[in-house]
Amino acid sequence: MNRHGFWRDVVKHRTLLLMLAPAVLYFILFAYVPMAGIVLAFKQFNYAGGIFGSPWNGLDNFRFFFESGDAWRVTRNTALYNIAFIVVNNVLQIAAAILLFEVAGKWFRKITQTVLFLPYFISWVVVGAIAYNLFNYDVGTVNVLLKATGMEPVDIYNTAAYWPVILVIVSAWKAVGYGTIMYLAAITGIDTEMYEAAEIDGANVFQRILNITIPNLYPTVIILVLLAIGNIFRGDFGLFYNMVGNNGLLFSSTDVIDTFVFRSLTTSNEIGMSAAAGFYQSVLGFATIMLANWAVRKYDKDRALF
Amino acid sequence: MSTTGINTGGNVQMAAGKTQADRRLLAVVGYLFLALLAVFCIFPFLLVVSSSLTEESKIIEDGFQLIPTAFSTEAYGILFQFPDQMLKAYGVTIAVTAIGTLLGLFLTAMTAYVLARKDFKWRGHFSFFFFFTTLFSGGLVPWYLLIVNDLELKDRLIVLILPMLLNVFYLIVMKTFMSSIPEAITESAKIDGAGDFRIFLQLIIPLSKPALATIGLFIALGYWNDWYNALLFITNENLMPLQYYLYKMLGNMDGIRKAMLGSGAVVTASIPTESLKMAMTIVATGPILLAYPFIQRYFVQGLTIGAVKG
Repeated sequence: MNRHGFWRDVVKHRTLLLMLAPAVLYFILFAYVPMAGIVLAFKQFNYAGGIFGSPWNGLDNFRFFFESGDAWRVTRNTALYNIAFIVVNNVLQIAAAILLFEVAGKWFRKITQTVLFLPYFISWVVVGAIAYNLFNYDVGTVNVLLKATGMEPVDIYNTAAYWPVILVIVSAWKAVGYGTIMYLAAITGIDTEMYEAAEIDGANVFQRILNITIPNLYPTVIILVLLAIGNIFRGDFGLFYNMVGNNGLLFSSTDVIDTFVFRSLTTSNEIGMSAAAGFYQSVLGFATIMLANWAVRKYDKDRALF
Repeated sequence: MSTTGINTGGNVQMAAGKTQADRRLLAVVGYLFLALLAVFCIFPFLLVVSSSLTEESKIIEDGFQLIPTAFSTEAYGILFQFPDQMLKAYGVTIAVTAIGTLLGLFLTAMTAYVLARKDFKWRGHFSFFFFFTTLFSGGLVPWYLLIVNDLELKDRLIVLILPMLLNVFYLIVMKTFMSSIPEAITESAKIDGAGDFRIFLQLIIPLSKPALATIGLFIALGYWNDWYNALLFITNENLMPLQYYLYKMLGNMDGIRKAMLGSGAVVTASIPTESLKMAMTIVATGPILLAYPFIQRYFVQGLTIGAVKG
């Protein structure tokens, strides 16, 4: 009886199901089949056997990954960079959005918004080219300026210590327009009556920003930040790979899980170990995003992802 | 100030003097901060443009400068004198972007429409089926081996299109938009005897034009700027997309020399490598910079839909 009902529903929805079919097949092939390929993390991979035919080797891949010390280094870097990106980017974007809203005239606002959004449209390869332009030892603009002011040039591409600052600045540069527009949309949505009431009460502009604008932004900020925290173990491969590439001198302060997995796969060919590292990242990522979603759900049920 | 709709004073006399001073201070701080931020954002672009137009010997001597110390279009001259490789890369990128965007947009819209249909019995199940892939994945390695070993797509044009064809975030935005189309439209078309696919094609697509434009541009930008899939899967020089070609050239000036020599070009020593790198960067980014003023508002639209729906 139940079974009957199921097939009747299938027939009834046949066109809709057919319309859904290409996307379903696509995600089965490119997302769910690779998910099953996770077993590779517990195998000694060889090309003849492939993912499912290669022999098992227990936790050897994980042991290799953790005992080399790489696991701690790349996990720490990934998390610390993402925390720095979240703090710097959000503060900058909120400040820019508030000031654009408060002071800017129509034309100034339009032009500024256009300029801030521009870096979002550029590929990471071009960002890498720009970095070369700025940081190259012989001809880079940074050293041109240092020399012009009588200081010693710095060898940026050979000094790991500079890179955390550089990467945070580049990330801020690329993301500032995107975030500013999001926050500006949230500010524009604030009820103007609140501002008028504050004005009648004699509040000055700074009090108004502190007591009305910022508290009204809390929901947006909290949601965006929590979701970003959910992705704290996912490194931005495009950023790190194009800024640093395969420059081993910088890895101590720039290697993240994603660049590490990529290198282990393509250059050192340690397939089992890179699969183990990828699996470790997926599990860590899944746990944090569930946690973040739980937090969002507690805060505001409607804003939760699921 | 006028655009915010906030009262700028006049009728509130009591604190007028005080608020005036505050406003002036905020205006000074605000304009200064925003102007500096804008300079920070645009400065690198100007630097690249200027460097591409500077005489090579001056770059070697003085480094990259904001204003060309000695103006020269030599780098562009060489680039356009032997454009074969660059044109090939342009061709690959244009083909991939066009096919990927059209196909991806159609599939996104079709899938999103089914998920937006409130009378579709399994919409919750299928939504979760798609959404789950953003929470958990098998990671890079199994995915890479699937494409290279099992599907044998290495060095095929299609490998630049397939990985970016469908994106769960765009599905959600599109579904949100289509959910706002009144159900009565679908209902009345059904009564007139139209099938689901025809309703989608003839009614829903025309009504979804704003969302299609926005999502289509996001997809197109993704394809245009993609270098990652080429990094993983392309070794054949004839199949290199523009950004990956640029990546290769930036890291390997010998490659440039060879390419130039291969096309019967000038003597090796006289190739202005530094300014040429920058000229290539400009040529690879050019179409986006030119289109930017016209397409920007669609992206802003997309972001604000995203902001509202979380």
